[in-house]
Amino acid sequence: MNRLQVLKTYKIYIGGQFPRTESGRYYTPLNKTGKPLANICLSSRKDFREAVIAARNAFGGWSSRAAFNRGQILYRIAEMLEGRKEQFINELKQQGSSHNQAESEVNTAIDRLIYFAGWCDKFQQFSSSVNPVASSHFNFSTPEPTGVVSIIAPQSSSLLGLVSVIAPIIAGGNTCIVLASEQKPLCGITFAEVINSSDVPSGVVNILTGKPSELVKYFADHMDVNAMVYCENDKDTQKLIQDKAALNLKRVLLYNDINWNNSEAENPYLILDAQEIKTTWHPIENIGGAKAGY
Amino acid sequence: MAKEKSNTAKLDFKLEYAAAPESKSSAKINSKYGLFINGKFEKPESKKYFDTINPATEEKIATIAEANQTDVNKAVKAARTAYNNVWSKMPAKERAKYIYRIARMIQERARELAIIETMDGGKPIRESRDIDIPLAANHFFYYAGWADKLQYAFPNKKIAPLGVAGQIIPWNFPLLMAAWKIAPALATGNTVVLKPAETTPLTALKLAEIIQESDLPPGVVNIITGAGATGAAIVNHPDINKIAFTGSTDVGKIIQRAIAGTNKKATLELGGKAANIIFDDAPLDQAVEGVINGIFFNQGHVCCAGSRLFVQESVYNKVLQKLRDRIETLIVGDPLDKNTDIGAINSKQQMDTILKYLKIGEKEGAVMHQSQCSIPKKGYFIRPTLFTNVAQSSRIVQEEIFGPVLTIQTFRTDDEVIEKANNTPYGLSAGVWTDKGSKIFNLTTKMRAGVVWANTFNKFDPTSPFGGYKESGFGREGGLHGLGAYLK
Repeated sequence: MNRLQVLKTYKIYIGGQFPRTESGRYYTPLNKTGKPLANICLSSRKDFREAVIAARNAFGGWSSRAAFNRGQILYRIAEMLEGRKEQFINELKQQGSSHNQAESEVNTAIDRLIYFAGWCDKFQQFSSSVNPVASSHFNFSTPEPTGVVSIIAPQSSSLLGLVSVIAPIIAGGNTCIVLASEQKPLCGITFAEVINSSDVPSGVVNILTGKPSELVKYFADHMDVNAMVYCENDKDTQKLIQDKAALNLKRVLLYNDINWNNSEAENPYLILDAQEIKTTWHPIENIGGAKAGY
Repeated sequence: MAKEKSNTAKLDFKLEYAAAPESKSSAKINSKYGLFINGKFEKPESKKYFDTINPATEEKIATIAEANQTDVNKAVKAARTAYNNVWSKMPAKERAKYIYRIARMIQERARELAIIETMDGGKPIRESRDIDIPLAANHFFYYAGWADKLQYAFPNKKIAPLGVAGQIIPWNFPLLMAAWKIAPALATGNTVVLKPAETTPLTALKLAEIIQESDLPPGVVNIITGAGATGAAIVNHPDINKIAFTGSTDVGKIIQRAIAGTNKKATLELGGKAANIIFDDAPLDQAVEGVINGIFFNQGHVCCAGSRLFVQESVYNKVLQKLRDRIETLIVGDPLDKNTDIGAINSKQQMDTILKYLKIGEKEGAVMHQSQCSIPKKGYFIRPTLFTNVAQSSRIVQEEIFGPVLTIQTFRTDDEVIEKANNTPYGLSAGVWTDKGSKIFNLTTKMRAGVVWANTFNKFDPTSPFGGYKESGFGREGGLHGLGAYLK
């Protein structure tokens, strides 16, 4: 007799825990052939709010970690993903990719994590400045993370889009709440398992599944979210987000024209989009007569 | 507890300085100004005008055109044409030379501009002469040099101007804000429609004259005057690519909403409620001077003003005494007098707002300490004011007053003051006073604010980026980072 396969229950990921949605609701996305993929959590506004609390609590610790350490953790995520490559390839195939497409998507996702792991302790040098002010002050500007970022992951891909939007946000020291692709949600949740075993502190990345049409307005108007990422070319939703974002002057990052499959999605400007520039001044004592030199 | 002995030297505050007024004679002001569109001053299509007054005397200075939708359309059209036909095609080196020329002409006419700035806005001549006008010129000078070097600012990025920038500026630093807006926009190859505030239009119009004299191609900079409706017409104009706004957080939110769903980019420099923190190891006299400058500079009409003072408990009595002594020596009065420390409140409306907050403060149970100084009978003046016995939740602690009003709270530990200082929707600036280097960096890195002054306050420079976190807005002005706001 053939052994009966054990099916996986797909949960959501909040504050380092894997609950089902508090709402008890689910939806059943279908694959290309019309076969149900799984009973996926239909996350509610309350799930999102819980996730924001987790992300806010994690922000202080994550943003003040050594940049070097953040780089190591992003590299660790890539290592874990590499080890579970087969699982992701299978899930991508279930969701309609060919084997080659699936393998290429997973490889690119791993490489993208390595790419951003490398930037963790370099983008600051790239975007900082010592400013030659005309008065007797030492003055410098450095980037600091914007804070808690809500993200609607690209709908077209299950893994690569999601990884591509998360990596620059957390590389820069932000924490986030991500809504995985509605129709291709499997890799989002499995990626949460990767995150969970990669030394990423709880709450830094929170992953929900559900419908953007239901949740986007809450992602945009939550008063404790500092920035929002949206990747679709849907003008009405873009407008809705920008309108709601004005409640607390959220930074809105629209990435509808980025092709996540190629190197367009790899540059430090994506990190800087969710950074604030801080400028610090301090006087220089200027009372002695001695000159530099000898 | 034994009573702390005050070591502040007792000065005879009754000593009065002889008046040293700046002469108005070197300022040439027309009685009537039109709109500066396409290189010419034109009568407004609206056929409407309003008066600009001197807030120190309540006397009318000039009549100013009020631009309506048709006027805004004309200005945007001029800017678009200049962008397409001239400015976007001009070699960057030539663009730079025009901006340098404007910088020089501001320097040449600095005294005149300072006098007009003081007459129109009420700020002390010492400030307009030593800060506003030189910084405005320096801003043009700084950004001029960037025009032909932009590819070095953003490595590996395809850079291109945005097009036509609509810029709306406030009344607290009229010419300086015009410079902050226009200089980087021009350097990056954009053209401009700028609207100064309705209470302080004169130096922007003088700048229009300078721009005319500089032979800048017509339409590259258009300066139109008016109030909120004119600003709204700029924000909502479909052929504008970029909105740059400095003003209140409330209006900033309206603008973000208004441009939702358009492709307009925005830079918003909004309100603030900065914490200024004194630790017990700080050089107290220096700190007190910094606090005074932090809140009373420009009558407190400063978005980054240090309006919330936090004093470590062990030195609270000493600091409070020094502050109370120091505000008695501040000279409040004629802004054109070179001795004046605190000039006129910018408008009747703003004075009413500040007076409303003084009442709110007293109602909330705070204790008010005001200088005993005399103030002129005419004009809009408010004595320097301190509030003690305030709570974190007091409205005068939470809301931006935009006047010479300081609230004072105490703290014991570093963590406590970091928590309190950051507990505000704003995040524009902060100040820290301590002699200990490691403590400075602990505090400056933990303040959620765009500009942090350590052992100094309210310093500005064209090379130094300025702008807020959280509800103080987004985008930076000044320095290399300020270029990003005007490039694709």
